[in-house]
Amino acid sequence: MKKLMNDPEQIVTGFLEGLVAANREQLQRLEDTDVITRRVLKPQKVGIVSGGGSGHEPAHAGYVGAGMLDAAVAGEVFTSPGADQFLSAIQAVDQGEGVLLLVKNYNGDVMNVEMAQEMAEAEGISTEMVIINDDVAVSDVKQRRGIAGTVLVQKITGALAETGASLKEVKRVAEKTVNQTRSMSVALTPCTLPAVGQPSFDLADEEMEVGIGIHGERGVDRREVVTSEEIAKLLLDHILEEIPEQMPLALLVNGMGSTPLIEQYVLANDTIKQLEKKDRDVQHAFVGEYMTSLDMAGISLTLLALDEELSGYLQAPVQTVQWKQ
Amino acid sequence: MNVEQAKQWLRQTSARLSEHKDELSTLDHALGDGDHGVNMHRGFQAVVEGLDEWEDLSLSSLMQKVGSTLVSKVGGAAGPLYGTAFMRMGAAWKGIEQVNGSAWSEGLSKAVEGIAQRGKTSTGDGTLLDVWSPVAEAFTEGEPSWDNIESAAYKGMEATEEMVVKKGRGALLGEQSVGHIDPGAVSSYYLFQELANTMKAGEQ
Repeated sequence: MKKLMNDPEQIVTGFLEGLVAANREQLQRLEDTDVITRRVLKPQKVGIVSGGGSGHEPAHAGYVGAGMLDAAVAGEVFTSPGADQFLSAIQAVDQGEGVLLLVKNYNGDVMNVEMAQEMAEAEGISTEMVIINDDVAVSDVKQRRGIAGTVLVQKITGALAETGASLKEVKRVAEKTVNQTRSMSVALTPCTLPAVGQPSFDLADEEMEVGIGIHGERGVDRREVVTSEEIAKLLLDHILEEIPEQMPLALLVNGMGSTPLIEQYVLANDTIKQLEKKDRDVQHAFVGEYMTSLDMAGISLTLLALDEELSGYLQAPVQTVQWKQ
Repeated sequence: MNVEQAKQWLRQTSARLSEHKDELSTLDHALGDGDHGVNMHRGFQAVVEGLDEWEDLSLSSLMQKVGSTLVSKVGGAAGPLYGTAFMRMGAAWKGIEQVNGSAWSEGLSKAVEGIAQRGKTSTGDGTLLDVWSPVAEAFTEGEPSWDNIESAAYKGMEATEEMVVKKGRGALLGEQSVGHIDPGAVSSYYLFQELANTMKAGEQ
């Protein structure tokens, strides 16, 4: 294993400190926590908090800023942060309007957030949780993981909250976005956890793992590596099954950490062409590393079925380290 | 069990988990993301570091403190599950300085209830509950038989190997999860084996 790091057990701290050091005007780290918040909160708005295990950078701290998140909670690599960390984030961003927690669907994340919600409730802070489960690779809907589609939910929800919408309204739109977002991924190489030092699974040179999550867990199918065109088709076939016909689309092509941008755009090109061939209207496309899995090579595709409301919030201004428009 | 024995139990558990850190992570490799050993080691290390600071706590408060430390330092799914279990034991042992007879079964059943609620899980799902639940049942009204408790924990742990995992990332494997022992069940077995060791040493 070769990694740019010092003590592997301090890698998350190093990341958080580095992120704040490089963006002092915009971000701060809450003392004695692994919570990153906006340096200045916009008054009288619902707080938007997300978080989860580290290893998915720029998610989630890279999305803290005007028009998106108020706070991001970072756990150890691939491990949900504890309930106390989520509680610190809730307390920091609540301004009396309540706090919405956007949580990827993993047992640990959901349990810790539920505990934090109970503690916040005891302090008189209203909270709501919306669970993101965009990964169609998992057929049992209850077990579906939250992957790259999460950032689209964060973007849209954050833009709405910025307008001063109520907690109830923000939750409604977050849930609607979740319902209209679907993703699926392939890995070409596994990832290596800094504290473990060995690849998360073995994958032969000529093989790819289809339907992986973002934690180096095994996928649902393993097969020979095929061309970008064929990968685009494979993923689209699964995703489109659950996307209503006619609706315009937003596309997110997400690199998993070690896939060069040149390859990401090749896949984006193939994906857009195939969607156009099916008469699907791709209104917005985003290409880049939005939700990674350490040093995994691979890619995920996400489609979001748009209506006017979602399209408006997707295009709204945003000022975060990672996403600026 | 008095507060000093509880501390001894926690120290021994921490040492045991640290010794088996890689084994637990390797087991987790098959079902999850391969970090159960690292996470449990980190959590119990924080507990042991806290023990000196928590010198004057009652048994009940100590258990609560252990619970909240595990939630905070283990993280993931194991953190809230182990944390809730210790917090519930602490609540059940309020005002009790020495856990005996029925207090054991009361504390352990509350812990089992807590794990089931928090994890929305039941026995047979191939989780740590499959160790905690038979252990709770092995505490009967009288004074505990530590050999029975240890063997209940062992059997519970072994049984997870044959189960189709229904909770956590292992559940994504469906039938393929059969043949893999649950890492949370193994760490729970170590916890109860060290409890038995501590208590047996006290009897001698």
